[in-house]
Amino acid sequence: MTKKTKSLSLNFGPQHPAAHGVLRLILELDGEVVEKADPHIGLLHRGTEKLIEQKTYTQALPYFDRLDYVAPMNQEHAFALAAEKLLNVEVPIRAKYIRVIFCEIGRILSHILNVTTQALDVGALTPSLWGFEERETLMTFYERASGSRLHANYFRTGGVHKDIPLKLVEDIEKFCKSFPKIIDDLEGLLTDNRIFKQRNVEIGVVSKQEALDHSFSGVMLRGSGVPWDLRKSQPYEIYKDLDFKIPVGKNGDCYDRYLCRIEEMRESVKIILQCIEKLPKGPVKSIDNKISPPNRDDIKQSMEALIHHFKLFTEGYRVPKGDVYTAVEAPKGEFGVYLISDGSNKPYRCKIRAPGFSHLQAMDYLIRGHMLADVPAVLGSLDIVFGEVDR
Amino acid sequence: MTSSLKDLEKLINSELSSKVKSSKIENNELLIETEENELLDVVQFLKSNEKCKFRQLIDIAGVDYPENEKRFELIYLFLSHEHNLRVKLLIKFHTNQTIVSLTKIFPSANWMEREVFDMYGVKIKNHPDLRRILTDYGFKGHPLRKDFPLTGFNEVRYSEKEKKVIYEPVKLEQNYRNFDFESPWEGTSYIKEIKDNKNDKKN
Repeated sequence: MTKKTKSLSLNFGPQHPAAHGVLRLILELDGEVVEKADPHIGLLHRGTEKLIEQKTYTQALPYFDRLDYVAPMNQEHAFALAAEKLLNVEVPIRAKYIRVIFCEIGRILSHILNVTTQALDVGALTPSLWGFEERETLMTFYERASGSRLHANYFRTGGVHKDIPLKLVEDIEKFCKSFPKIIDDLEGLLTDNRIFKQRNVEIGVVSKQEALDHSFSGVMLRGSGVPWDLRKSQPYEIYKDLDFKIPVGKNGDCYDRYLCRIEEMRESVKIILQCIEKLPKGPVKSIDNKISPPNRDDIKQSMEALIHHFKLFTEGYRVPKGDVYTAVEAPKGEFGVYLISDGSNKPYRCKIRAPGFSHLQAMDYLIRGHMLADVPAVLGSLDIVFGEVDR
Repeated sequence: MTSSLKDLEKLINSELSSKVKSSKIENNELLIETEENELLDVVQFLKSNEKCKFRQLIDIAGVDYPENEKRFELIYLFLSHEHNLRVKLLIKFHTNQTIVSLTKIFPSANWMEREVFDMYGVKIKNHPDLRRILTDYGFKGHPLRKDFPLTGFNEVRYSEKEKKVIYEPVKLEQNYRNFDFESPWEGTSYIKEIKDNKNDKKN
């Protein structure tokens, strides 16, 4: 007599702590082995691209904070760069340094969250408690620069919103001196931990070719041994003048990706310290009054400044006709903005290229043949944030 | 990078001469326009040619121009790691035309094409699994088309009476107001016309 087997379909999420947000996974199981995974996304879809088409360029910027809300300023950066490229404005050198400092802070923010929650998914509670304390400190830096912990809205076309106080620079430096110790502590808990390794080594292996085929970028690509980082290969801002390394994995499994992230945090700390050391003085936004708003003092004194202020916050500035694609190396991978302007004060089309979208797409192929218990581990190492996947 | 882009443009034009409709370099980016029925050949060439090696499909962006005869555009963004180059591939097509799927060449095109289908209603040929992706289950319409209203048609809420989430037509206390802040001194069309007429008379 032959036994008939039937595969079991299991609904994972959307309300599941290991789903990292609102992911709904329909899993086909044969016993405990996953045969097929069908991610249902879009539960956090807010129509960002549609909304941006209705807003002026200044008003469109805050939407980018809300995409990958773990590292807000990196997203803003991509949009600011796109608008700058179309407008052809020069960004003052101090603004470039400040941008890089905050982008790297964003990278640390994101990597702490990912590393510690991945540990949480495979059973370690302590790393997240230690890591979140540091995240809180970093978010205070965000707050002191921009006024808010998460949705910073700090970058502007042609620079940043406001200069940062000297005390803040000192505090960031102090943090950078003490933070490597925290990374060591985290590594002490995880890197050689037997359980952590059992759950991550040789799980979710991606080969070089597959990483390319599936449009992987960032750590997902580097973990598989492709030395590709936009900060090095297509340098924007001042990354050309900074000295940092790109950690590359060997095996392309979850564990290598974890190691890459840990190393990247160390490199980010180095980058921030270099920036602080070199931080030049000067203006922090473009001196072109048609793009960046005037000082509050000037508005009280000068008629022209008042008119500029009024025009910039009602009509906004117009961006020359054209289309442009700019990408930045966000913590999760290549975050790109494809911007089409029709010459008016609102973008005609703004396509957002989120790294997590391609990564999650590969979930089906990554998880096939793995055990059910590996689903959270693989999902954790993909570094998914639904704000950007669903847009 | 500009010189290599020019070389690339030349190469593509000479190798694919009849298949390339037009090409231009703007803002340091290369844009190639091709016909819908040549798409697969062009993409295959871009991926496999020694001097191109665009082995990664970065994204597919749809654009809607309701006033154009060929209403929709799709822009494929490619990246070549070997040569550190990017290229944009553009196709224009009518509303009811079907576009061939790239999933055979780039597996990652799967979701991107689903998104284009969802947002613009572009039909994709030979796609393994053409479903909506970002919008709700049972959603009607294609939200990124320019004639789709920003506020949408339906809203959801939890009904205490029926003890479940229900869909209702959107009811707003105040309609969505789209202020046209374009400067009347240079932007609005009727003033431009007056200006232009004056200039004509002078000439």
